[in-house]
Order: sequence, then C-alpha cells, then structure tokens
Amino acid sequence: MLVIKDLYAKVEGKDILKGINLTVNAGEVHAIMGPNGSGKSTLANVLAGHTNFEVTHGTATFNGKDIFEMSADVRAKEGLFLSFQYPVEIPGVSMVNFLKTAVNEHRKYRNQKELSAGDFLKLMREKKEMVQIDSQLTNRSVNEGFSGGEKKKNEIFQMAMLEPTLAILDETDSGLDIDALRIVSNGVNMLKNKNNATILVTHYQRLLDYIVPDFVHVLYEGRIVKSAGKELAIELEEKGYDWIKKEVEG
Amino acid sequence: MAELLEKISAVDRISNIFDANQTMVGEGLPAWVNQARTPALQAFQKMGIPSFRTENYKYSDLTRLFENENFRRSFKPDLFDVDLAEVFSCDVPEFDTHLILVANGWYDEKSTNSELFPKGVIIKSLRKAMLENADLVEAYYGKLAKSNEDPLTAINTIFAQDGVFIYIPDNVQITKPLQIINILRSEDDLFVTQRNMIIAGKNSQAKIMLCDHTLTSQQFINSNITEVKIGEDAVVDIYSIQNQHNKTASFSGIYVSQDKGSTLSTNAMTLHGGIIRNNLKISLDGEHASASISGLALTDKNQHVDNYTSIEHLKPNCVSNQLYKNILDDSSTGAFTGRIHVSPYATKTAAYQRNNNVLLTDAAKMNTKPQLVIDNDDVKCSHGATVGRINDEALFYLQARGINEKEARLMLMFAFAHEVLAEVKIDKLRDVIDELVNKRLRGEVSLCHSCALDCIR
Repeated sequence: MLVIKDLYAKVEGKDILKGINLTVNAGEVHAIMGPNGSGKSTLANVLAGHTNFEVTHGTATFNGKDIFEMSADVRAKEGLFLSFQYPVEIPGVSMVNFLKTAVNEHRKYRNQKELSAGDFLKLMREKKEMVQIDSQLTNRSVNEGFSGGEKKKNEIFQMAMLEPTLAILDETDSGLDIDALRIVSNGVNMLKNKNNATILVTHYQRLLDYIVPDFVHVLYEGRIVKSAGKELAIELEEKGYDWIKKEVEG
Repeated sequence: MAELLEKISAVDRISNIFDANQTMVGEGLPAWVNQARTPALQAFQKMGIPSFRTENYKYSDLTRLFENENFRRSFKPDLFDVDLAEVFSCDVPEFDTHLILVANGWYDEKSTNSELFPKGVIIKSLRKAMLENADLVEAYYGKLAKSNEDPLTAINTIFAQDGVFIYIPDNVQITKPLQIINILRSEDDLFVTQRNMIIAGKNSQAKIMLCDHTLTSQQFINSNITEVKIGEDAVVDIYSIQNQHNKTASFSGIYVSQDKGSTLSTNAMTLHGGIIRNNLKISLDGEHASASISGLALTDKNQHVDNYTSIEHLKPNCVSNQLYKNILDDSSTGAFTGRIHVSPYATKTAAYQRNNNVLLTDAAKMNTKPQLVIDNDDVKCSHGATVGRINDEALFYLQARGINEKEARLMLMFAFAHEVLAEVKIDKLRDVIDELVNKRLRGEVSLCHSCALDCIR
C-alpha cells in the first residue's frame, strides 16, 4: 500500500529525514517510535503533503502512485489521512460545513454523487455515535475552543467520516487522559479492517496497550534504526531509548 | 504652454463652479439652506482638498482625483428614459422593503410609492422637506455634519440640493426595512452631491439600507452625506452596501447624534468601488446609549477603501463596539482610522474597537490607526488591530481533509468575513449579504449594473 524508499527531507534548510525505508501493507498496524526530534512528525507531515517540508531524495508510492506528485488534498482523496498532533482552530468555519465539503470532495473524486443534506446529517450521527464524540462539538467552529482531548477525538471522528485506507496518527495519545485515550483507541480499532492500514507515530508505549501494532519501528536521527514486533515497544518502555542510541552510535 | 497657464487649482475651480452656478444651485430652496453655502465654501478654501497632509486623510490623498476632474455637475435632475423602479424591482423572496430611489443625487418621486409608507412617517425628497418641514430639517441641518470640521462635508454643503428625508414619529416602529437605492447614471463623467437626513423620534424603530450603484461606466465622484438624529430609546439600524464600478470615487459621511437609551447598529459593506472614503461620526449624547459599528471591505485591483470612524462618548454609561475587517487582493489598498473620544463627563464608558485585515498579495497594503483620547478614569476601553495573511496551518488542515487549495482559501476568507456579517440583524438581509460576499470572493460579482441584491437571482 505504502512504499517509502530512501527518503530524505528537510525543513527550513535542516536535514531531518535521512534515508527512510518503510513498507506498509493493507491490514497492518505500524508503530513508529523514537526520541524527541528524531523526525517522527516530519515523516507524518511529509507524507500528508505539508509544504514546509522539502523532499530532497527518495520516493514514496501509495497504491502504486507517486505521492510527491500529488497535492495534499489529492493525497487525502486517494485515501491518506493525517491525524494532527496539534489540530488547528479555524474560527468561522463550522464543523458541519467543513465536513460536508470534505466528504463531498472525496465523493466527487470517486465519481460518486454528492450527499444530500439529510444523508450527510445521518452519516454524521452514525459516526458520532461510533467514536463517541460529544454531539455539541459539531455545532461549533472547527476545533475552536475544544479541549486537547476533544481535538484528538475530533480527529478520529473526521477519520471515521472520511474512511481513509491509510491513517497516520501523529502523537494522537500525547496529552490525553486515560478515558479519552480509551475512546480514541476504540475509535481507531473500530475503523480498522483488512483493507486499511494504520501508522501510529508515538513517543510512548501506553497507546500500544490499546492499539496493538504488528510492527514497531524506532526512528532515530532521521532513519529507522530498528524494526521488530510489538515486544520492542515494551522493551523501549522499560529501558528507554538510550540503549538504542548506544547501539547505533557504537 | 497655454494649457499650463490655464491650469488652476482644484480649490479655485470648485469655487468658480459655485460662483457661476450659485443661482441655479440655490433656486427654490429656503434662505437658511443657501446661507450655509458661503461659510462652507470659506471652510473648504481654508482646508483645501484632502491630501496626506490633512490630519484625518493621511491615507487617502485626493489631490490627483480632484485636480484631474472636470466633471459635469447634476444641478438639475437628469431625465431618464427608463422607469427606475422597474429596473430595480427587488424580487428576492421574502425580502420585502420600502423602496426609495435616488438618481444622481435627486430623489426620484415617480419611482417611490409614498402611499405604502406607514402612517405618520414622512419620507420625501429632502428638498421638499426643507420647504414643507423646515422646522424639522433646520434643527439638524449642518449641525451634525459640520462644514468647518471636514473638507468633504464642506463640499457637500456648498452644493447640496436634494436627497432623502426620513422622519419617524415618536413611538412608531417600522418593521419593513427602508431601502434607499442610490443610482449613478450618466452619459458623461459626473459629480454628484446628495444630502440626506434621518430623524427617529422617541421610542421609534427603523431599519435603513443604503445601496450604492452605478448604471453606466462613466467616471463618477459621489459625495453623499447623511445626518441622523436618534431620539430617546429609539432603535435604528443602518446598513450600507457599496457596489459601484471601479471608476467611481465615493465619499460618504454619516453623522449621528444619539439620545438617552438609544441603540444604533451600522454595517458598511464594500464590494466594489474605485476610491471609497466612509466617514462615520457618532455622538453618544445621552446616558445608556449604545452603538454597534461594523464594516467589511473586499477589495482587489487598484481599489482603495478608507473607513474613518469617530465616536464621541459625551455622557455616562454608553457603549460603543466597533469591528472592521478588510480582505485585500492584488494592489488594492485600505485604511482604517478609529477615533474614540471619552469626555470627562462620560464615566462608566465602555468602548471597544477591533480592526482585522488579511492581505492576499505582497502588493496589497493596509494602514490601520486606532486613536483613543480618554479624559476619564472610569472607563473600559480596548482596541486591537491585526494585518495578516491566510493562516497556512489552517489552509493545510483543510487540504489534508481533501479540500482543494482554492476552495480552502475561500472557506477561510469567508470565515474571516463572516464575523462581520453576523452583526447584520435582518436575517434575510444577512443571508443575502452572505451570498454576495461568497460570490464576491469567488470573483462572481464583478460590475453589477443592477441592484446588488438582484445578483443572487
């Protein structure tokens, strides 16, 4: 589904990613862990198409198509979804209008008829129940005045609405209390099936108690330095990242 | 060489035009109207054409405009071959207004059906009112819009002949909005002077819309001054929609005096126009009076829009709240000056002001200047101004959800503008303006040779 080969990227002139190789297949859950500043969020943003990041080398294909040839909105419509680490507040843009536009842009891209207002509201109700988002939130402007937990839940709600084939969750767990974490994880687990894939970008092992990964990768200084099964996450939780750093540098 | 020698200053030319046409200008009008012209001329000669040196016109230098104009003056009503009421029949569903038409500054009797106006309400040509309702008009004429304080007011007073007069008696509430449509239509370049007066009696209510339009593509200079007296506990809304073509220079002045407990809402919506200067002066001259003032300008090409507000807090416990926004594209320029003066007597004043602007290009320019003069300790005042760009993070967020860049930008601009529109209290009008702004941002309302409100047909 996603094949990244020897990817280099920089931000504001500084090299952050230095040769990433990663293959994600349908039905898989990958966790990308690593110390602060290792390039985890950069990788997520590069894949989603943020223009602050410049790809200097390497390729990434999504279902066989070169994603660097696509603008961010096209990547989204191709089925790639980024759950933001810090979802931005957009005063004046209502949740309903935003989601309706987004859903219908996806439908148009797939040559499907746009949803009527009634059908859209019905879909929204279903998904809201599914991810247990407070129904008041959709009456407000996008993320405006939302608490940290509400913002993260809202990301998962949008994911439920758009049904991506590849979801990249960037530090979705950070700053969440245990109840919110459970709700968010339940949402992600519910949306998971054999045709889609998930990349969890996280600093902590805690999230992986709720969403069990098939693969765990450690990102350090812009490269994946270790890949293993879910047991690696437990090891990292116990021993921290220092032993990996030593292994790499030694 | 001869041409150079003949070139005279704009001040001299305007003075000469008055001297040569004095009789025609004053014909049929009472002495007190005509007697105001000479001091206005003297005040104008003293102040001169507004330039960047003029205290309140720093950002709108009008020297070139006035030096280059030699436009015809509409000292007599122009005769039109079409029925203007027909052209402007407003068939927006559920948007029913009392229509008042003004063509080239002259009240259009035949297009305005006065029989439909509510009982006791006087709506007529200002010219007629000067003769028939002299007691009402004389009490405020030139008292709110003072010629010696502003050169454009002076020019207006020198040449004022007609416009709209509205009088709402005490305790009368007009539910249907009054819609004044100002039309500019000429075969040659034209200088138009229009003067209006609105008097709202005690405990009266009215919603008034001012729509400015051009029907032909000639150059226009339009001077339009409105004096507004709002009585005790009266509630008045004034909404203006400016949609004139970009060869028009429009100078509007709204001068308001509010009595005790009265409420005023204003909203100035600028969609099109070449050079626009809106002066708004509000005197809160009775306790517990409140004014909510807002404006939105969407500009592109070489448009210039300058909003100047002056709020005088004269009595205790009054509230003023201002919100102005601009979205500037291409090489357009904008200015906002918000003056608030709190007098020593105006204790417990609350005065707020905000001006937010978005520049879409590097060439667009915005000047914003708050001016707070507070002669009192017991006040709550705040002001804030921002000039920024479209928020890139918000743009990326929308794009990351599948919304293309163009649409995402429009959504963000519309969201920015919408806060101002939320101030419009006539639901149907707000919807109509919402739609107009949406279309303007999409570039679909270009030059509309018709009532802007018809654009949504």
